[in-house]
Amino acid sequence: MKTTGLITRRRAIVAGLASIGGLVAARLPRELPPTYGNLLRMGDTLTYAAHRTLLPAHSLVREYGLGDLTSFPATGTTNSAVSVKSALGEEYRCLQAGAFADWRLIVEGRVARPRSFSLAELKQLPSRTQITRHTCEEGWTAIGQWTGVPLSAVLDAVGILPTARFVVLHSVDDWVDSLDLIDALHPQTLLAYGMNGGDLPVPHGAPVRLRLERQMGYKSMKFVRRLIVADEFDDGGMSGSIQNGWAWYTGI
Amino acid sequence: MDDARGHARWVRVSHWIGAASLLVLAVTGFVILMAHPRLYWGEVGNDLTPALFELPISRNHQHGGWDTPRPFFARAGAPVSASRTYDIFNENGWGRSLHFLAAWCLVVPGALYLLGGLFGGHFRSHVWPGSRELAPPVVWRHVVDHLRWRIPPATGGPRYNVLQKVAYSSVIFVAAPLMVLTGLAMSPAVGAAFVWLPRLFGGYQSARTIHFCAFVVLVLFVLVHVVMVAASGFRRQMRAMTVGE
Repeated sequence: MKTTGLITRRRAIVAGLASIGGLVAARLPRELPPTYGNLLRMGDTLTYAAHRTLLPAHSLVREYGLGDLTSFPATGTTNSAVSVKSALGEEYRCLQAGAFADWRLIVEGRVARPRSFSLAELKQLPSRTQITRHTCEEGWTAIGQWTGVPLSAVLDAVGILPTARFVVLHSVDDWVDSLDLIDALHPQTLLAYGMNGGDLPVPHGAPVRLRLERQMGYKSMKFVRRLIVADEFDDGGMSGSIQNGWAWYTGI
Repeated sequence: MDDARGHARWVRVSHWIGAASLLVLAVTGFVILMAHPRLYWGEVGNDLTPALFELPISRNHQHGGWDTPRPFFARAGAPVSASRTYDIFNENGWGRSLHFLAAWCLVVPGALYLLGGLFGGHFRSHVWPGSRELAPPVVWRHVVDHLRWRIPPATGGPRYNVLQKVAYSSVIFVAAPLMVLTGLAMSPAVGAAFVWLPRLFGGYQSARTIHFCAFVVLVLFVLVHVVMVAASGFRRQMRAMTVGE
């Protein structure tokens, strides 16, 4: 009697686990970031897979009112013209002197119509303004208002190919990062050119920075200069987070 | 039921998984806090806003190092922007990743432990204090006994006295779940999926402050726990919680 009960329960558990496994497998991202056998990167990947599997793909972060705006520290690279010791820094100094009139955002890779956008051209695309909380990995937070073009509108304009799975970003201060398409196409993911009603200030990444609201602050790349749509994961080498010991996915 | 037979095997396994995870979480949590040892209340807090309190645990404590603040709007008391002019101590990339790995190791076996304890009767018969035990004179007698250092000898498992039950119940049913929930409230992705979660704790920074306070309480619990294990008979207690009686 007891044995029969046990087997039945075991079968029920096995069947239950199998169906959960089936659901998980169906929602798992098709490509996971590399771990290089590093235990910490495996933990990051577990969190990424769990979030993509268990959390709704299109949930919006909380948006605030104008009265909620707070002081906002500028950290990391706060002026690419001063701190970037390469041709890119020199070029940035010239662009800044010309109020970014000659600045271009290059969009290329696995797209139907690779092209570049001037600041004026980005501003002609649909715009979105949102007041959101910036959450720094250090532990501080700040609320700012961001105006920009949804990254999805830029990707629509160039036509990403059906095999594309990641958007790789390059910045003036030699940082390379990437997003999966769920984040890239999220309605609150912006290429922001305005902050708190004015132009995006240089310390906050002028002329254009990324706003990626469902991850930690360091994923919202400042001084964006180039987007590459890719089929495969690109860790950015020594300019990327993973090989510097930092998590690629920071939805946490 | 099996009061005389010491700790059940699944309790012993859960205990050491929990202990190892807590140790890693405590150390990495401290490393994460060192990057910004200021705590706040509400949704927002940063170096340009006042802190609830600051901890002198790294050179990021009470620093200057900001250029002249520039107001965003032309009115008195407007929020400002300022740029950091110095390199802070910020080597917590490994700490954060290890913290969340350890959190997985705590949450998944922890959830199984809770289910097992709830449905297997372990909580009801061993951990949850009964109303008769909670009568003030009984509790008072135990408190006085402990204060006079009349520690009951090791039993190698249940039954527990009322102070043990209150302490274990507080950790299992209050502190640990609070730790997990305030931790999740700090996740931007989880906070987007469940907007009520950060609000439940009064905002992101409140959740962070509660997370820190619960950490302090858990560290104090572990200290008292280890002292009591030693005082009541270290060898017998360790044998009971490892290989079993």
